Amino acid sequence: MNNNDVDIKNAKLVRKLVIVVVLMFGFGFALVPLYDVLCDITGLNGKVGTTGVEEVAYPIDKNREVTVEFMTSLNENTSMIFRSELTKLKVHPGQYYKVNFYAENTTESDMVAQAIPSISPGLAAEFFKKTECFCFTEQIFKPREGKRMPVRFALDPELPADYKTITLAYTFFDKTNKPHKN
Amino acid sequence: MSAVVAEHDDHHDHSHDDHDHGPAKGWIRWIITTNHKDIGTLYLVFALAMFFVGGMMALVIRAELFEPGLQFVEPQFFNSMTTMHALVMVFGAVMPGFVGLANWMVPMMIGAPDMALPRMNNMSFWLLVAGVLLLASTLFMEGGAPASGWTLYPPLVLQTGKALPFAVFSVHLLGISSIMGAINIIATIFNMRAPGMTLMKMPLFVWTWLITAFLLIAVMPVFAGAVTMLLTDRFFDTSFFNAAGGGDPVLYQHIFWFFGHPEVYIMILPTFGVASTIIPTFARKPLFGYSSMVYATAGIAFLSFIVWAHHMFTVGMPMAGELYFMYATMLIAVPTAVKVFNWTATMWKGSMTFETPMLFSIAFVALFTIGGFTGLMMAIAPSDFQYHDTYFIVAHFHYTLVPASVFMLMAAGYYWLPKWTGHMYNEKIGQLHFWLSAVSVNILFFPQHFLGLAGMPRRIPDYAVQFADWNMISSIGGFMFGFSQLLFLYIVVNTIRGGTGEKVSDEVWEDAHKHSLEWTLSSPPPYHSFTTPPTVIPTEHL
Repeated sequence: MNNNDVDIKNAKLVRKLVIVVVLMFGFGFALVPLYDVLCDITGLNGKVGTTGVEEVAYPIDKNREVTVEFMTSLNENTSMIFRSELTKLKVHPGQYYKVNFYAENTTESDMVAQAIPSISPGLAAEFFKKTECFCFTEQIFKPREGKRMPVRFALDPELPADYKTITLAYTFFDKTNKPHKN
Repeated sequence: MSAVVAEHDDHHDHSHDDHDHGPAKGWIRWIITTNHKDIGTLYLVFALAMFFVGGMMALVIRAELFEPGLQFVEPQFFNSMTTMHALVMVFGAVMPGFVGLANWMVPMMIGAPDMALPRMNNMSFWLLVAGVLLLASTLFMEGGAPASGWTLYPPLVLQTGKALPFAVFSVHLLGISSIMGAINIIATIFNMRAPGMTLMKMPLFVWTWLITAFLLIAVMPVFAGAVTMLLTDRFFDTSFFNAAGGGDPVLYQHIFWFFGHPEVYIMILPTFGVASTIIPTFARKPLFGYSSMVYATAGIAFLSFIVWAHHMFTVGMPMAGELYFMYATMLIAVPTAVKVFNWTATMWKGSMTFETPMLFSIAFVALFTIGGFTGLMMAIAPSDFQYHDTYFIVAHFHYTLVPASVFMLMAAGYYWLPKWTGHMYNEKIGQLHFWLSAVSVNILFFPQHFLGLAGMPRRIPDYAVQFADWNMISSIGGFMFGFSQLLFLYIVVNTIRGGTGEKVSDEVWEDAHKHSLEWTLSSPPPYHSFTTPPTVIPTEHL
């Protein structure tokens, strides 16, 4: 085999390998929607709907109690006071409950903030039905303004019996200087 | 020099052969060279330099942890040190070290005159230097170097100061450099083998590098994508990993470990290749189970793509995910055990001698197995909840990286330095270096198992007093290990300058030419070797 043949073979092989590299770079980005779809189907990451669900009258299971814990946290550089009025609540699956949260803007300027909910264990998320939540929209605060904000929810009685405790966590993000969605 | 190797050099008066000039004169040779041996040397020297840079960072860490309390550095700088130590060792020392070995050895082992793409070879080396310098420059920036661990998890990494874009671009450069290196190695192995050198006759070092190169081109682009997403999240208001915009920080962990798990095999597979080269030579027996070694390597490479989430058992995966990743991970023990048994069987009833490269190899088989077993412990998802992010994992991966990858890089140095330089290294100092390293590496890392099981978290500059004793012992081991490596530096420099003065033969080690082609060349080999392909293919290793 002379040098030219090898050069041609090399060029062909390199072209193929470069295509693999480009495809794998694309694959990294393709993982983003893939992950979202997979989480949507399986409920892997405990994300809950960002819109309210229609109120359904579930049969109330008085014999069963599930503890729902409420957690609040602030993302970095979010100047707020944020707490839940209850730390935990024993609930009967099927019954609707209302829990108030309190948030206060501690700065001297207007603030746009968004609360992001998360439920753990993640697989319980699809049984956690919220008809009303302050996390469905951006919250606008005037300087030093404090608000009581309700969450209304029920646990779907289909919730598997293994779940004894469910944690609902909210994180407030300051989006004042971020581009607005909706 | 050319007189010694007349049989390989007889083309040098043909006018069409424009490759037979020697190296360029002076320092410019090292900038413009396209010769695989020169570039191999550049990579190896660079890797050794970075090994000491990363090692000094490790000593900053061990000095701070010598006693509880804050003694020497600020917590932020301490975290920068753990991050930079890891990045420098992975991307600056271990990976370039093996690329350097591949540059030197792959063409000589398969009977090729050079790498397939010599100019690209030069470029991948200098991009590596640029990438590492860019990374090092972040140490002097406002806000300090990245301090979020080598995994660069968001949201923490997004709090990095001015250094973040530089760290990201540095990862891009390092990625491009290793992808180009990998493409070059694949092209060389596929297209440049001497006639008769079929794939299943290649020395195992070549095989392991071929598979490693495929891992590199498959996962480095994914890592480049992940850090690009970090960059756009920080500067262009995207929300890949930002929950406020609908993203998910756990997604980063999935993408990172899709890269990260194959990455750890990128660092260990060439290690296996070196061990499979050295052990048969000093056991004076063919490698036991050559083809099973090839298939085991390929099997490990395949499995590396489907086990990534065992790094994230504690993120809140559902039970089915935990079980799948647990069993898939345990499966890796099978091909790995095949390898360990094969090395042991190669030594069984061999006429073993214990020169420095063999001592390092035997230590590698024993100590790597410890690292493998702790890996199995952590594969068990329910137990991993206890080990996760403690010093136990630190002990585990240092056992698989230091007495494995680093030991075998040094073993390769001892094994091939006489071939590369034509001089014998000082065996006495070599053995002293081995014993100091083998003892101190265990004093350094073994106590970290106990610390981890007792609950000491990793990446912390201060700790509760009950961890004080083992930390002190670990730090003593760390300084012993670090300073012992100066012996290696001395031996390398001394050997290049003439070593013991003993004239080494072409095959250097008894009957080595029956195992692999490089030992049929002169010591040192001519600047251009195998310009005419070899006619006899060694098969002793099969």
